Amino acid sequence: MLQLVLFNVTNGLIIGSFYVLMALGVAMILNLSNVINFAHGNFLALGGYFAFIMIPYTGFWIALLVAPLLVAALGYIIEQLMVRRVYNRDPVYSLLLTFGLSFIIQDLCRYFWGPNGLPLTVPDSLSQALSSDLFFITGYRVFMMTIVVVSVVGLFAFLRYTRMGVRIRAGTLDLDTVAALGINVRLLRTFNFAVGIYLAGLAGVLAGGQIGLNPNMGDDLLLPAFIAIIVGGVGSLTGTLLGGLLIGVASALTTVVYPSAQDAVIYVIMALVLLIRPRGLMGEEGMFT
Amino acid sequence: MSVATTTTTKLGQPRPTLPQWTLPAVIWVVLLSAPLWLGLVGGYTALASHVVVMALVAMALNFLLGFTGVMSFGHAAYFGLGAYGTGLTLRYLSDSTWFAVLNGILLGGIAGTLLGTLICRRRGVYFAMVTIAFGQIFYYIAYRWDSFTGGYDGLRGFSRQPLGFGPWTIDIQGNGTLFYYFVVFVFAVCVALMGFLLRSPFGRTLIAIRENQRRAQFLGIAVDKHIWLSFSISCFFASTAGALYALLNNFADPTALNYTVSGEIVIMVVMGGMRNFWGPLVGAAIYVVLQDYISSMTQNWMSFIGLLFVMVVMFFPAGILGMLKRRATT
Repeated sequence: MLQLVLFNVTNGLIIGSFYVLMALGVAMILNLSNVINFAHGNFLALGGYFAFIMIPYTGFWIALLVAPLLVAALGYIIEQLMVRRVYNRDPVYSLLLTFGLSFIIQDLCRYFWGPNGLPLTVPDSLSQALSSDLFFITGYRVFMMTIVVVSVVGLFAFLRYTRMGVRIRAGTLDLDTVAALGINVRLLRTFNFAVGIYLAGLAGVLAGGQIGLNPNMGDDLLLPAFIAIIVGGVGSLTGTLLGGLLIGVASALTTVVYPSAQDAVIYVIMALVLLIRPRGLMGEEGMFT
Repeated sequence: MSVATTTTTKLGQPRPTLPQWTLPAVIWVVLLSAPLWLGLVGGYTALASHVVVMALVAMALNFLLGFTGVMSFGHAAYFGLGAYGTGLTLRYLSDSTWFAVLNGILLGGIAGTLLGTLICRRRGVYFAMVTIAFGQIFYYIAYRWDSFTGGYDGLRGFSRQPLGFGPWTIDIQGNGTLFYYFVVFVFAVCVALMGFLLRSPFGRTLIAIRENQRRAQFLGIAVDKHIWLSFSISCFFASTAGALYALLNNFADPTALNYTVSGEIVIMVVMGGMRNFWGPLVGAAIYVVLQDYISSMTQNWMSFIGLLFVMVVMFFPAGILGMLKRRATT
C-alpha cells in the first residue's frame, strides 16, 4: 500500500511539474499582457517535435538546450507579427487569435509528423530504474524533476534579482506606471512572451521523453494549467506553482482510490477554491479580476 | 425585431439611410424562403437547419458577450448538454420530441445557472478561463461514462419523433423541410424573447454594465447578480440550440461539448459583428457554410479555419455587420 501511494505521489509530482511549467508560462503572459495563450500547448508540442528532429544529428543534450530556444524564437516572431497588435483591444480578440494559432500549429504538426505518436529517445544513462523496489523512479524522472526545479528556481531568481525581471513584476502590478517611468513596455512584453513560450518548449522536450510525441500532447496540459492559475491565485506565480503541484498530486492520489474521478477531482478543487476563497490561494484581492 | 437593432446605434450617430427594419426583413425573407432556392445554389436543407441552430447558439452567446460585455469561452458545454439531455430523453425515457427538447433545455440551462454562481466570481479574462475549465467537466463526463452516454462514439440510437399538437401531428421525422421550419420557429421564439429582454429595463441595465462596470456598480446596480442572470439566460438559449442540434443529427457527440466548439461559437459572433443583434446569424451562416465546404475539399481544414480566426482578428475586428454599419453611417 505504501508503495502504491508512493508510486502515485511520484506520478503526481511529475505530472504536476509539467502543469507547473505550462502554467507558469501561461501565467507570465497573462499577468503582464492580459492574453490567454491558447496556443501554449501547441508550442509545447513543437518543442518536442523540434527535439525529435535534432536528436539524430546532435544528440539529446544539445536538443534539450536548443529546441526550447527555437520555440521561443518562433514565439518571438509570432508576437511581433500578430499578438502584439491585439494587446490594447478587447481581450476577446487575443483569445480568438491564439485560438486560431493553436488550430494552425496543431494541424501543421499533424501534417508534417503524422497523427500518430512518435517516441523521443532519451539517453540510456537516464532510462534505468534507480532501485528495484522503487521501480517507478527512473533516472529520467529524477532528471526531469531536477530540470523543472532548476528552471523554476531560475525563473523566480530572474524575476527577483535582475532588472528585467523586476520590471516584469512591476508591469504585472501596474503597467501604466512602468511605462510612465520610461521603460520600453513593448520590449518588455515581447521578452516576457518569449520567456513564457520557452518554458512551454522546455516542457515539451521533457514530456516527449516521458510520454512520447503527438500533435495533441499539449491540449491535455492546457486546462490543468488554467486551473492551476485559478487555484493558485491570479497574479501570483508562487500561487501558480503551488496550484500546479496541488492538482497534480491530488489527481494522482485520486487514482489510488477511484480511478474514474482523476479528471474530475481537479475541477472539484477549482470549484471549492472559487466557493471558499474566490481570489485563489495566494491571489490579491481586486474588484475587477 | 426592428427595434432591437437600434440598441447598437450610439447616440449622436447619423441614422443609416435605409430604414431600421430593412435588415430584419431581409433576414426573415431569406430564412423563410431558404428551402425554395437552396438547391439551386448547391445547398441542402440540413445545412440550412445547421446554420439556424448555430445562429441561435451564437446569438445566445452574443446576449452575454455583446450586450453584457462578459466573455464566455465555455458555451459549447451548455450547447452540448442541451443535445445530450434531448438525446438521452429520446433514447431512454420517452418518444415525445417536446418532452425531450424541454429536458435538454432544462439540463443545459440549470447546469449553467448553478455553475454561474461560481463562474461569476471572476471577471475579465479570468471569467473566460473559468468558463472554459468548468465547461470541460461535461466533456469528460460524456467521454468517460460509456454505458450511459456512448462515450467517445457519441450517443446514438434515437431519432426525432413527429411533433404532436393535441389531435394533429407534424412529421418532422421524415420531412427535412418541415424540420427546418420547426427549427426556424423555435429560433424565432428565442430571438423574439431575446429582443424583448434586451429592450426591457433589465436589458438596458446589462448594456450599462457592458459600457462601464464600475460606474454601473456606483449607480447601485447589483452587477454580480445581473451578470449571473445574463449568463443563465444565455445558457438556456444555448441549450435550446443544443436540443435542436441533437434532433437535427439524431446524434449527440462529445466533441460538441469541447472547448474548441466554444471557440467556434465566439468566432461566429465576432465575424458577424459583436454588439450587433443580428451579427451572429450572419457569422454563423458564413462559418457553417465555409466549414462544410473546406472540410469537403481538404484534410487540413483546421489550418484554414485557424487562418480564418487570425484574419478576422487582424483585419475585420468589427465583423461584417459592424463594417456595413460603419459604411452606412459615414
